[in-house]
Formats: sequence, C-alpha cells, structure tokens
Amino acid sequence: MIRRNDDLIIETLARLLIPFIQAFALYVLFLGHYSPGGGFQGGVLVAASLILLIIAFDLEKTTKRFSEKFNVICNGGGVFIYAGIGLLCILLGGNLLDYSVLSKILPVGPEEARALGILGVEIGVEITVAACLVSIFIDLAANGEN
Amino acid sequence: MIWQLDLILLLLVLITGIAALSVRDLLSSAIILGAYSFLMCLLWTEMGAVDVAFTEATVGAGVSTVFFVAAIYHTTRRTKD
Repeated sequence: MIRRNDDLIIETLARLLIPFIQAFALYVLFLGHYSPGGGFQGGVLVAASLILLIIAFDLEKTTKRFSEKFNVICNGGGVFIYAGIGLLCILLGGNLLDYSVLSKILPVGPEEARALGILGVEIGVEITVAACLVSIFIDLAANGEN
Repeated sequence: MIWQLDLILLLLVLITGIAALSVRDLLSSAIILGAYSFLMCLLWTEMGAVDVAFTEATVGAGVSTVFFVAAIYHTTRRTKD
C-alpha cells in the first residue's frame, strides 16, 4: 500500500520533524511526575513519529531500521520491565509495586527510590505502547505482503 | 469555565458527531471523526482535565485517524446501505 513517491517537501519535513517529536516524547515521559503526561502519552508520541516515517518514506526502509523482530522484543520487553519491577518489590519484602523497598538495592533513600521506581514502570509502559501501535499500523499498511 | 466557550464547543461537537455518522463517504467520515476528537480535546482542556485532553489529542486525533484511513484502503470508500 505505501510506496516511495519521492516527494521532496514531505520527506524533508518528516526528516526535520521526527527528532523533535521523539525528543518531546522523552520530555513528556520524564516530566510526567510534575505535569500532565506520562508513559502512555509519550509512547503514543513515539509511535506517531514512527508512523510518520512509514507514511513519508517507505515500509521497507522503516522496517530495515525498526525490524518486526525488534518490535516483538519491545512489545514483550516493556511488560517485562513493568512486571519485573513489581515482582522485585515483592522479592525485597514489600508489596507489589511498593517502590520504597527498592532503596535496599539502589544507593538512594526511600523517597528517591519511590520516584525512580515509578519512572522505570513508566519507561516500560512507553516501550510497550509505542511498539504495539507501530505493529498495528504495520499490519494495516503491509497489505499481507510481509 | 466560560459558559459561552462551552456552548460553542458543545454545539461543534454535536455537529461533527452527527456529520460523522450521516456522511456517506467513509474517508470523509474518518476525517470528521478526527475533528470531533480535536474538539473533545479542547473541551477537556476547558474543563481542566489536561491529562485526558493530552491523551485524546494524541490517540483520538493523531493515531486513530491514521488507523481508520489505513483500514479504509482495504475496503470500499462508499457505504452500501
């Protein structure tokens, strides 16, 4: 469905926009403690930048950089980070997702360990949401070819 | 909360919602649904729910419109009924 059509304006604009969208996604992720935003919105922004790459260029060119095998790894890896942090809190003697006990293995106090734990969970959510939305769009756009 | 702005936004949400259901062309319907999502985002922001508005702007107006357009490529553009 999506083939390269060599439009100079669209390709230049996409090449300029994509780094700023991804930098804004990281900003939304890391400022999610203090302002609106967080893992889900940042993940959707990363997915939007990759979908823009697929639309402006080519499906093959994008899957060369962001292959479907890596996509599947990201899909499971985000859930693994989320569940791993939650189970690590149980193993250290707290409740599920009780981040303050992470201060036993991190060189910070319980309050900072709580902030770092929720940041790790948000990173897991971001990776999974981005990979999931991109894989849905690749399945829609590939037309059953690959 | 400015009630004049609320009234205008609610009227536009109603108009775009009814138009997205009643238009015959599926591609136009998807684009009008994107406009509906953007107006809902403005309404959430006006009511003070900035987090919900952010999600609505990224998912509703951004990604789901692209999904609808990509899905319409696999079917006919005109509705039969």
